[in-house]
Amino acid sequence: MQRIGVFVCHCGSNIAASVDVKKVADVVRMEPGVVYSEDYQYMCSEAGQEKVIHAIKEYGLTGVVICSCSPRMHEATFRKAVEKAGLNPYMVEVANIREHCSWIHKDVEEATKKAVILARAAIAKVNLNTPLQPGESRVTKRALVIGGGIAGIQTALDIADAGYEVDIVEKTPSIGGRMSQLDKTFPTLDCAACILTPKMVEASAHEKINIYTYSEVEKVSGFVGDFTVDIRKKARYVDENKCTGCGVCQEKCPSKKTPSEFNRGLNTRSAIYTPFAQAIPNVPVIDTQSCIKFKTGKCGACSKVCQAGAIDYTQKDTIITEKYGAIVVATGFDMIKLDNYDEYAYNQSKDVVTSLELERIMNAAGPTKGHLERLSDGKAPKEMVFIQCVGSRCDDHRGKSYCSKICCMYTAKHAMLIRDKYPDVNVTVFYIDVRTPGKNFDEFYRRAVEQYGVNYIKGQVGKVIPQPNGKLLVQGSDLLDNKQILKEADMVVLAAAIEPDPSVRKIATMLTASIDTNNFLTEAHAKLRPVESPTAGIFLSGVCQGPKDIPETVSQAGAAAVKAIGLLAKDKLMTNPCTAKPDELLCNGCSSCANVCPYGAITYEEKEVNDHGIREVRRLAQVNSALCQGCGACTVTCPSGAMDLQGFSNRQIIAEVDAICR
Amino acid sequence: MQEIVNRAKELLADGTVARVLGWKAGEMSYDVQPSYFETAQSLDEFVYNGFCGANLSKYMIEASKMEGKTLICLKPCDTYSFNQLLKEHRIDREKAYIIGVGCKGKLDIEKIRAQGIKGIRSIEGAELTDAADTLTIQTIYGEKTCAYSDGMLERCHVCKGKEHQIYDELIGESKDTKDGDRFAEVERIEKMSPEEKFAFFQKELSKCIRCNACRNVCPACSCRKCVFDSTKFDSSQKANADSFEEKMFHIIRAFHVAGRCTDCGECSRVCPQGIPLHLFNRKFIKDINEFYGEYQAGEDIEADVPLTSFTFDDVEPGIVKERG
Amino acid sequence: MSIENKEEFRPKIVAFCCNWCSYAGADLAGSSRLGYPADVKIIRVPCSCRVNPMFILRAFEKGADGVIMCGCHPGDCHYSTGNYYARRRMTLLFSMLDYIGVENGRTRVEWVSAAEGVKFSTTMNEFAEKIHALGKNVRLGDLRCRK
Repeated sequence: MQRIGVFVCHCGSNIAASVDVKKVADVVRMEPGVVYSEDYQYMCSEAGQEKVIHAIKEYGLTGVVICSCSPRMHEATFRKAVEKAGLNPYMVEVANIREHCSWIHKDVEEATKKAVILARAAIAKVNLNTPLQPGESRVTKRALVIGGGIAGIQTALDIADAGYEVDIVEKTPSIGGRMSQLDKTFPTLDCAACILTPKMVEASAHEKINIYTYSEVEKVSGFVGDFTVDIRKKARYVDENKCTGCGVCQEKCPSKKTPSEFNRGLNTRSAIYTPFAQAIPNVPVIDTQSCIKFKTGKCGACSKVCQAGAIDYTQKDTIITEKYGAIVVATGFDMIKLDNYDEYAYNQSKDVVTSLELERIMNAAGPTKGHLERLSDGKAPKEMVFIQCVGSRCDDHRGKSYCSKICCMYTAKHAMLIRDKYPDVNVTVFYIDVRTPGKNFDEFYRRAVEQYGVNYIKGQVGKVIPQPNGKLLVQGSDLLDNKQILKEADMVVLAAAIEPDPSVRKIATMLTASIDTNNFLTEAHAKLRPVESPTAGIFLSGVCQGPKDIPETVSQAGAAAVKAIGLLAKDKLMTNPCTAKPDELLCNGCSSCANVCPYGAITYEEKEVNDHGIREVRRLAQVNSALCQGCGACTVTCPSGAMDLQGFSNRQIIAEVDAICR
Repeated sequence: MQEIVNRAKELLADGTVARVLGWKAGEMSYDVQPSYFETAQSLDEFVYNGFCGANLSKYMIEASKMEGKTLICLKPCDTYSFNQLLKEHRIDREKAYIIGVGCKGKLDIEKIRAQGIKGIRSIEGAELTDAADTLTIQTIYGEKTCAYSDGMLERCHVCKGKEHQIYDELIGESKDTKDGDRFAEVERIEKMSPEEKFAFFQKELSKCIRCNACRNVCPACSCRKCVFDSTKFDSSQKANADSFEEKMFHIIRAFHVAGRCTDCGECSRVCPQGIPLHLFNRKFIKDINEFYGEYQAGEDIEADVPLTSFTFDDVEPGIVKERG
Repeated sequence: MSIENKEEFRPKIVAFCCNWCSYAGADLAGSSRLGYPADVKIIRVPCSCRVNPMFILRAFEKGADGVIMCGCHPGDCHYSTGNYYARRRMTLLFSMLDYIGVENGRTRVEWVSAAEGVKFSTTMNEFAEKIHALGKNVRLGDLRCRK
């Protein structure tokens, strides 16, 4: 039998206001095993912890129950405290009488009764606690960054500058991400390429950074400090070491009809291509779907013109397996598909474009060489309409409930740039709200309105109707003037909502990182741990965590890097001792447990046992406690109950059940 | 039967196997029991007829630890259990020489007696070579006849088929004796009101004396030590300790074998109280089939087991309520 | 009929909550002061896949009137796959309990994320109400041991 001390916290008045803490302390003193109990104002305070330490020594306590706030809050605090008194830290249980009791039950009698029951359950459990020892695991001093956009590049640069090796895995043929598609950036209007390209070059030239483009993460195993990742390096069909990036192959390629991904399908590219001129690496890839050589076996033009002999049609995908201590997710975003927004005629008219398409149209390297023109007839528009919140702040299934955050600012930027370059073009913006918090942001928006005469109308557009004369009839409403508006426009620009890149779902599953209903990765704490995933060793950089603009993305990327560096700087990590443990004499060796283990922590071994005098060799489950994360899936699948979970054993949980149902 | 004995003697003689696992005659022809035979001479007592319902595959667990190979006689349905044990690494394929013996349906002496045939002296028509049409029964009250299928075990009416799933050689013909719907009884219970269901199982389970025969015979219940005998769950193994114990025992037993039970029907066959225990296992089998796709334990040794696998869009537990 | 009836029925409800989502969701319900009946008592488990059907039966055996299990939403399991196994186990167990005539409202599974304090509270209110309506669990209780 344990010698248990119970400590009931008042938490100021947080608990004491609706739980009679003195009574709880008195009642539980009668419980089996309890030799001491007391109540105190703040158990988590220095003085409160001292009380625990003192009682352990004074009364020879072997187990401690703290009735206080959630164990998620202070379990670690009390574990440390009892350790100071020489007790094993895992001999503490916390009864949550604040979040699960005092804060929700206002009736003192009822809340006190429940607090007693919760305390009893914790006492029953601690009676069966056993001292546990955490193990140690090593830290591989290398980080993986998934995604090579501005977020991934910044994170990689920061980690590499701290002296650690970093690999970037980027699924497209070049790093650069969404930012490389942008023309100018708010609020300073400097050109995206001018500020991004140097960063791309810096990353590729950094001796600590290794970039895998046209590659995807295929498999992740292991755990914090010791992940093993398989990276699929897709066949480029161009030898990266030989290619000089001269570009002749792209010129000579006869297959030039594939829509350019980089230009959002507004123009076409060749089958062998680099996405854009400043691509890093400047090595093209062959798109086998459109390559004539791959489709028919005839052609081979690129191979013939390549003086470096870099074209290799026999190249195969390769799998690279590498170990990492930390993984940063920087998978970024895409714009939502507008198939469900028929009212804006996006699929009916070439002159209805998304904002990102407009970026390409405005860009000197884009499909129109930077001339603002209608894609249908190449004519310069005179009347432009911007529609905000297409799919953002949307309460039906077609769109997203959240605000995409960047649209108000980029629309102000577009409007301003157009008015600046083409003063004869009228620009009208339909908006629900204009949201411009941020340094110099509102000033920027005001400039668009006041200095550049952009016409902002508060109201939604109901319909965009293509007219026989090639114009677009925009039907909207002006909520401030309370009137309907009919406007003929030459071009309509839709500020489509942004969403996490679809690839993130698969990656989150591989990383066991949790994801919210909108596919944004969940942070460990919304306020206090915004760049960490709840899964240890996984960090979040950029829009994969939530909508962000470039300055925010860059600062968060730096923060994620710091967190990763903090981990990589450690030589060893303490592992959770609440792991599964098989009872060798009960194990059937049936493999059921290994089948459900998500970490591959269970293996089988032929081992000699002494089962009450019978010596024989049996097939037995073995748990690698460094791999085991303590979920307990194996314990339930084991029919004989041979597998048990330390810290949450069958008997402990049953004792809690019994105490509650008593 | 003689063919099996002859072949067994040959295999014993040439050293292929060290023993034979089969059935031994009892006092009466219906009184057979599983037995090991280690010499040619002892095989004189070997018997294989319509009363050899016992599934021998579970014995292979201990036989796997013995020196040399064991010749094991398996009926078509027994081979599912054998496969399941193989899948769970409980038995060693290398230690077994499987003779797939033919089967035309196995008999239940209680079913024959239930037809008013008492004072049985001998039964003819139950040999493997017989047509399995009619049983001729000599009783102290004279000769009686009984249609073969009327004397069959419940499980044979829902026979899984006459094909052996695993064997080294086959002896004797088999017949698919299926003439009933495997889930008819489960469906009948499902349609009852909660009160009727409860009353039905209360009545059946209150007969349980916790003799553990079901557990001991079950090829899926092959744990070295049962949870109900272990201290790890604080679960008692006492008989009829309280009104809940048997329910808990039988639900947990069925749950532990869910997805692993081949529906061999041995639990119901051996229950001295005649509790239709297979109704628990079949309920799980039926649910698994409905929720997660058709699955027959022991059919494909490589297949994923329903309870240790999943799909992302599995039904939610709320389905139970929705289904009503 | 008897004196017992005069006393208000207070059900015993056991809620198994996974540490990462549902327990945190319950904490959030608490810190948001979103109340639910005190009859609900929470047992913290690392993952919904730690909940052995034996625990649920044990609770009923010892006199629980309702048992609810909460875990992370499918796809969001901290251990990536735990709740998928739990989902299958509970589906089969609940179906079996229904089959032997236990009112199927006495068991429930709900996926509650760490952010769903409101859902936690609503779920517990609903469940407690349901159990209250079903009344004392006489079918599965250990009648002998009742006070």
